[in-house]
Amino acid sequence: MKKLKVGIIGSGNIGTDLMMKIHRSDVLEMSVMIGIDKDSEGLIRARSHGHHIIANGLDGFLEHPELADILYDATSAKAHVMIHYEALKKLNKKVIDLTPAAIGPFVVPSVNLQKNLNEMEVNMITCGGQATIPIVHAISQVSQVEYAEIIATISSRSAGPGTRANIDEFTQTTARALEQVGGAKKGKAIILLNPAEPPLIMRDTIHCLLQSDSFDEKAVITSIYKMVEKVSEYVPGYRLKTEPIIDGRQITVFLEVRGLGDYLPVYAGNLDIMTASAVKVGEEMAKNHFKSYV
Amino acid sequence: MDRDVLVTEVALRDGSHVVAHQYTIEQVKNLTGKLSAAGVPYIEVSHGDGLGGSSLQYGFSKVNDIELVEAAVEVAGESAISVLLIPGIGTIDHLREAADVGAKMARIATHVTEADVSKQHLEAAKHLGMEAIGFLMMSHMASPEKLLEQAYLMESYGADAVYVVDSAGSFLPQDVKTRINLLKTNLNIDIGFHAHNNLSLAVANSLVAIEEGANRIDGSIRCLGAGAGNTQTEVLVAVLDRLGIRTDIDLYKMLDLSEEVGDTIMPKPQEITDSSLIMGYSGVYSSFLLHANKASKKYGVDARDILMELGRQKVVGGQEDTIIEVAKQMALQKEGTMRWN
Repeated sequence: MKKLKVGIIGSGNIGTDLMMKIHRSDVLEMSVMIGIDKDSEGLIRARSHGHHIIANGLDGFLEHPELADILYDATSAKAHVMIHYEALKKLNKKVIDLTPAAIGPFVVPSVNLQKNLNEMEVNMITCGGQATIPIVHAISQVSQVEYAEIIATISSRSAGPGTRANIDEFTQTTARALEQVGGAKKGKAIILLNPAEPPLIMRDTIHCLLQSDSFDEKAVITSIYKMVEKVSEYVPGYRLKTEPIIDGRQITVFLEVRGLGDYLPVYAGNLDIMTASAVKVGEEMAKNHFKSYV
Repeated sequence: MDRDVLVTEVALRDGSHVVAHQYTIEQVKNLTGKLSAAGVPYIEVSHGDGLGGSSLQYGFSKVNDIELVEAAVEVAGESAISVLLIPGIGTIDHLREAADVGAKMARIATHVTEADVSKQHLEAAKHLGMEAIGFLMMSHMASPEKLLEQAYLMESYGADAVYVVDSAGSFLPQDVKTRINLLKTNLNIDIGFHAHNNLSLAVANSLVAIEEGANRIDGSIRCLGAGAGNTQTEVLVAVLDRLGIRTDIDLYKMLDLSEEVGDTIMPKPQEITDSSLIMGYSGVYSSFLLHANKASKKYGVDARDILMELGRQKVVGGQEDTIIEVAKQMALQKEGTMRWN
């Protein structure tokens, strides 16, 4: 099968995990890892797999743009906004942005992937967004969600320097996407880091307030379960911790996201859901690309 | 004004938990005005979980916390109004709004091992012209060496002071002694201490902290703070006065206000209840108290069991959602057992 060549910008936790998932893809081919430190573990690993290595950042790639058809940005919101965005736009290549920069349209594969396949740049929101927006969307399919609030708790070990330096961007971008993609009138996001050992598996709580307490409870529950199934097709470790709690007009859902353990261990579901979702987007873009040539 | 110890009154922030975040503009103005008249140098006003804390997770505020800060500033006189901000809950936007309405000090709170998420916010606070304080919550969950490493990070981000925060009211005096001593010896900025009275040690621990060199101490009038409350401000003032340590706070004015707070704000007298004691004993975040009691009623399980389980799971501040989850799991298990029998 034909494959699109992939470049990954950023050789940290996300970039390295992404690379390992792309190795398994039928339609994406890992081509080049772009970092800024030749001794970083991500670049060393990429080299050991026989991929191209660029250690002087995006500048190095701009000299060899033929190395990739699709670029994943796994750096930071600041780097994406201030440096990468403009440079990549000129190359006319597909860009999947994993930082919370939120320039391209927000994409959650289980909610709005198909209608964004032709965009040149899409944004993957945040790990908390990828985990919780599908549920808010599932509920808002049945009844208008007035207010959606999510709490993402991740293990300290799975939060790299990018996440830590971008914590405001996390809460703000997630809140906005809860509204734009989830369909809530108002969104709020909270992120908590927990250093417990052994590390805890990523957990997410979603509280939704509906317009009134008269809604079709059964339809809401069914919609939630269906959505969990849909997400778990591309994020196998995605599951409900307990059944949804309905209390008047408030619905509370507890989720757990277990990773595949590609680069970081299974507790880092936050990493996994970002990279798995991003791979799903890249694969659908690739299929769409080849389809239009048939 | 010559003060050996700078007291920050936290009843209008930590005490917000006790009143389920229902403070009104009038209450904030009345208290702030009188605290200022008594000479309290710093008065903290925010949602209990910091700016932006108003939520289903922690409880919605009756009045937006920026409005409360603004109201406090109007009557603060010589006192500086402080705000608390927990990165991950509140953002720099909240900090900017607070600075715009006149807040003079920002305390940036992180879990004791996560100081690096405070960098953006400490720098922003300095940039906004505020005094910037690092606030290491749940300090009992880290070794003294780890605490020092994290406090040092905050110093390197430009913090004017760093606080050892005993959010669970879990420290014994010797724990406080070791930690404050280590920080005082190795850092060049002010050291602060924030206690909870869950084991009835808040005043004693605050004294130990002062002996070891801490010069910023938090108190809540009438113990109006989460769990069993904090170091009772008026008691601390009296005790420090006996020791000849100057706070420059008028004891009688504080006593009058304490009576008023007891009569008009506190839903019930502050006692060390079984749940509070268990929080100190098992090292659980004091703000969980009301939430655990509520979940206990709702799911018919013992609040003490919920709190012990939270301690066992090493749950950190902010994880109020886990309380409902744990209570629900326990209820299901209980139901399962009953059916089995």
